[in-house]
Amino acid sequence: MTAAGSEELVALAGVTCRYAAEDVLVDVDLDVAPGAFVGVVGPSGSGKTTLLRVIAGSMQPARGTVTRRRGLRIAYVPQVETIDWSFPVTVAQCVLMARVRGRRLLPWPSSAERAAVGEILARLDIEHLRDRHIRELSGGQQQRVFIARAMLGEPELLLMDEPTSGVDVRLRHEILHLLDDLNARGLAILLTTHDLNGIAAHLPHVVCLNRTVLGAGRPADVLTPDVLERTYGASMQVLEHGGMPVVVDSFAHRHDPVTGLSDRSVV
Amino acid sequence: MDELLRPLQFEFFRNGLMVATMAGALCGLVGVYVVLKGMSYIGHGLSHAIFGGFAASTLLGINFLLGAGAWGVASALMINGVTRRRVIASDAAIGVITTASFALGLALFAFFDGEGASFDAALFGSILGVGTQDVIAVAVVSVMASALVFLRYRALLFTTFDPEVADVSGVNTARMDALLMLVLAGSILATMKILGVTLIAAALVIPPSVARMLTNSFSRMLWMSATIGALCGFAGMNLSYHLDVQSGPTIVLVAATIFGVIFMATSPLSRRGQRRVRPAA
Repeated sequence: MTAAGSEELVALAGVTCRYAAEDVLVDVDLDVAPGAFVGVVGPSGSGKTTLLRVIAGSMQPARGTVTRRRGLRIAYVPQVETIDWSFPVTVAQCVLMARVRGRRLLPWPSSAERAAVGEILARLDIEHLRDRHIRELSGGQQQRVFIARAMLGEPELLLMDEPTSGVDVRLRHEILHLLDDLNARGLAILLTTHDLNGIAAHLPHVVCLNRTVLGAGRPADVLTPDVLERTYGASMQVLEHGGMPVVVDSFAHRHDPVTGLSDRSVV
Repeated sequence: MDELLRPLQFEFFRNGLMVATMAGALCGLVGVYVVLKGMSYIGHGLSHAIFGGFAASTLLGINFLLGAGAWGVASALMINGVTRRRVIASDAAIGVITTASFALGLALFAFFDGEGASFDAALFGSILGVGTQDVIAVAVVSVMASALVFLRYRALLFTTFDPEVADVSGVNTARMDALLMLVLAGSILATMKILGVTLIAAALVIPPSVARMLTNSFSRMLWMSATIGALCGFAGMNLSYHLDVQSGPTIVLVAATIFGVIFMATSPLSRRGQRRVRPAA
């Protein structure tokens, strides 16, 4: 259900979602405040993508309520694995799709739309690629194209499904810095990730999800052995480095005298 | 030259030429969405499903366009509904619905001892019997399909490329899919007489595939596919007359030849020395 009111951008209360007869989300409570930067972590099949769909409104909960601030503009960036990279669209054509709800009926873009696309591409440093086919881009450029498409709709909340899935360390840093910059300008971001150390530990707010919310708060408070074990069903250790939690598998070493990492699970 | 122009003195040929050219353009245009959405099997199946309606309307003496049209729309919506529900694999659902309808058409013809010429024409296409009504039908469907593609260009593109995000962005993707299925059913219905149900799928798939090999732009692919389809229809119909071969196979063979030529011309071997596609720096 969508309703007005609330200071939060989105508020989920007791949300349960089903595919066929199987509960994918159970009794989920979650608030997303303006300017928030939230990472949702959990194992495969834990309901992360379903959570994004419910927030975006493309899926209705079987039970519970989803309250969105009146007139809230939400943009969604899917997993790049779901994109058909052989589809015949250029970068500019792809970004322009965000203007689908405009009143303009003509297929070709107006000069104002062309300028808006150019501006957003320049802001993301990919303006020179506007006439390239999407397959001709590097992984980071492809991710930027889809962020540009999302940004063209001037969203207040950006939902991203696994933005760093299958990317190398350099690209992960690049994407994280870009998102951090967008968040600093006031954009609320909620992303899903499998990357506990590379992404989740760097975010101001983390939600551990496995069909229901098992922990939410600062990474240092949430990424604990107890919460992680309940989330992933596997024993994990958490070390501390530079004030940030570092999650390691239980078979990894407990204390490394070379790096100086200490084991918080033992402390 | 006189020999080439001679068939134009016959009204049935002029009608057939107009219908084949428009049908080629129409199938080329609609086929872009069929190919890019991975619906080639739906197009193939739907043409077979409509055969059931064709048989029933022929034997019951109902107007072909009305009878087969209603049947086609019902089949299209049924396929669309089953495909979206994802209870069983979409290709299996399409296989069940369309082959059952096709089989019903065959059984009706056999049981009521239907006319052989009409039966063959429905299966393989024929220039004979193409009248003014068929020219008008193809023209009307072509105008409607073009209007839909023009006025709903952005929503159709978004739905075809990225249906999940299109849905989140406010596009009624279910309605877009249903509209596309209706246009597809209308296109098959209008072009069935000239192309034949067994060969319509080729007219839907080959021109867009050729266009895709020639461009990386969606908008260019649309007009290129329609143009290639129209050329295949025009050339195929003329060849059909001069070679005394049914129109459907001739049109498809022209399209397949163009596909082969373009495929060879754009193969990696022939592109050697040209710029390779690689990630931008």
